Amino acid sequence: MIELDNISLGYNHQAVLHDASMKARPGQILGLVGPNGSGKSTLIKGMAGVIDLFSGRILIDDYDIKTMKRDKLARIVATVPQSPVLPGAFTAFEVVLMGRTPHLGLLRYEGGKDLAIAWQAMEATHTRSFADRRVSELSGGERQRIVIARALTQQPKAMLLDEPTANLDINHQVEILNLVKSLCLEQSLTVIIALHDLNLAAQYCDWMVMLNGGKVYIEGTPLDILTAPNIKKVYGAEVCVYPHPINKLPTTLITAGGSHGTN
Amino acid sequence: MARTVSEVFNEPAIPLAIRWHSRVYSLLGLAALLVLVIVFVTTLGSVPIPFSTTFQVLISQLPFVDITPASPEIFGAPLSLEILETIILDIRLPRILLAGLVGAALAVAGATYQGLFRNPLADPYLLGVASGAGLGATIAMLIPFTLAWMALGAVPLFAFIGAIGAVAVVYLLARVGKTLPPTTLILAGVALSALLTSITSYLMTISGAELHGIVFWLLGGLYLTKWSEVWIVLPCVLAGLVAIWIHARPLNVMQLDEEQAQQLGINVERVKLILLVAATLITSSAICFTGLIGFVGILIPHAVRLIWGPDYRFLLPLSMLVGAIFLILADTLARTIMPPTEIPVGIITALCGAPFFLYLLRRRKGLAFF
Repeated sequence: MIELDNISLGYNHQAVLHDASMKARPGQILGLVGPNGSGKSTLIKGMAGVIDLFSGRILIDDYDIKTMKRDKLARIVATVPQSPVLPGAFTAFEVVLMGRTPHLGLLRYEGGKDLAIAWQAMEATHTRSFADRRVSELSGGERQRIVIARALTQQPKAMLLDEPTANLDINHQVEILNLVKSLCLEQSLTVIIALHDLNLAAQYCDWMVMLNGGKVYIEGTPLDILTAPNIKKVYGAEVCVYPHPINKLPTTLITAGGSHGTN
Repeated sequence: MARTVSEVFNEPAIPLAIRWHSRVYSLLGLAALLVLVIVFVTTLGSVPIPFSTTFQVLISQLPFVDITPASPEIFGAPLSLEILETIILDIRLPRILLAGLVGAALAVAGATYQGLFRNPLADPYLLGVASGAGLGATIAMLIPFTLAWMALGAVPLFAFIGAIGAVAVVYLLARVGKTLPPTTLILAGVALSALLTSITSYLMTISGAELHGIVFWLLGGLYLTKWSEVWIVLPCVLAGLVAIWIHARPLNVMQLDEEQAQQLGINVERVKLILLVAATLITSSAICFTGLIGFVGILIPHAVRLIWGPDYRFLLPLSMLVGAIFLILADTLARTIMPPTEIPVGIITALCGAPFFLYLLRRRKGLAFF
């Protein structure tokens, strides 16, 4: 379980996110939504230990991450960054194998067990077919799956994903999020995912936190918080929200020109 | 032969290394080649000593070997064993070994800088080592009194201090809080290099009789190498190489961006600092005796990448061996191609390096090797 206790953090002494608190549970997907600049990515960087907190605590299974060494944190929390840079000359398998880094000492080379874990992660992410290809030859969706495979190879308890579906077409968006959902359930991962697309968020998240201007605006189930007034207030966008015809989850619709009907 | 990952995993027992065998064989083969090259080029020089005699002299130096080399006739007169040993052991061998050390150091430092900055154009001189060393050497040649510390003469001493000092200034200028942004570091290095080079150029215009010496130093060359120089360079280079090689895996992971490296548990700022210090140390100690030998540091790592791939655990030791072999051969050309004159070895390395580099640029269009 990841628990954020009243945290503030940001860059160069300027807080981007103020007094945020939330809880993420194993086997559940926590979705972070909010407009550009609302602090989603910053929050994920804070949980990944990449930037320091100004105040508050982040607890993972009751351990404060501030007291953890970087490699220990990386054994517990894996991050899938937004549009990650991958070195083109390495093969997909080599990049996935880098996920073993926090488990290996400086001078230890990957053993059979490490290779097997990486290979297993490539099975789970359906990336085995291009294991030997250079990263520079892969498509956006393939790269994203490689990075998720690398995160799995860390054998983490929690996975943080920052816009994993940005720049992907609708089929690959669904493929990636189905994958995340099944990994979350099968391995009891605690998943925190930042998403732009409110419809994807509604379909996949068990719990959502809506950020606005560096503060938590509201949290709850998709059904509770994805309402036209909330979206109007946070995003400034006029939308209609209807139940999904199949699963009744909230579906956000926009109208060209910005006007909207009754809702 | 290279096998696919699937093939490897379909075997009953998963081997400990995937496609590593060929690289390990290459390492062993290159190490053997280095020894052969050292022995071979020891036989070459202005005094024509037969291969067998040279070999006997070298072998006779090994422990538990008891042979007396036969004295050959050179220029119609027998050469005394004493002169023979002086030529081979005190003139040629230290020079060849220093060339090997410098080549290894520059190639590894180049590979390290390229990895650190994720920039294929980075070379060991990027952060001001060359301009600092050049200014130091120039000042040393212009001061009217002699100065020496231990076995170091004024020129190597000043060159070393200049090189380390320049990088230290660049480092301090580029530091932002607790972090060291690579782009700032490169720009600070380029700017300081321009400043120091302009001072060196000005000093050259007023240097008078010393100009010849300065130009030759800036072009790089191994002229009168003594064993004492080898013994000074060897521990510095060895220590730096070990420090860098230990961090080969973090360097691999840092080929992702810094943020991902941190998320994978790497203490990025600490690794950067260690690599920076080690690469600067080996570059400075290597060039302070030899002057600015160019192109080894940028060319060799790329050649190795093209052939053996980007994994720094192999890239670093392979670059070390290839760099050593390359500079030994280049220096042999430099001292034998038009005797008794010597060509600065920096000219030879650039002469071979520039066309190769252009070839790389052509080839890179269709191939991501970095």
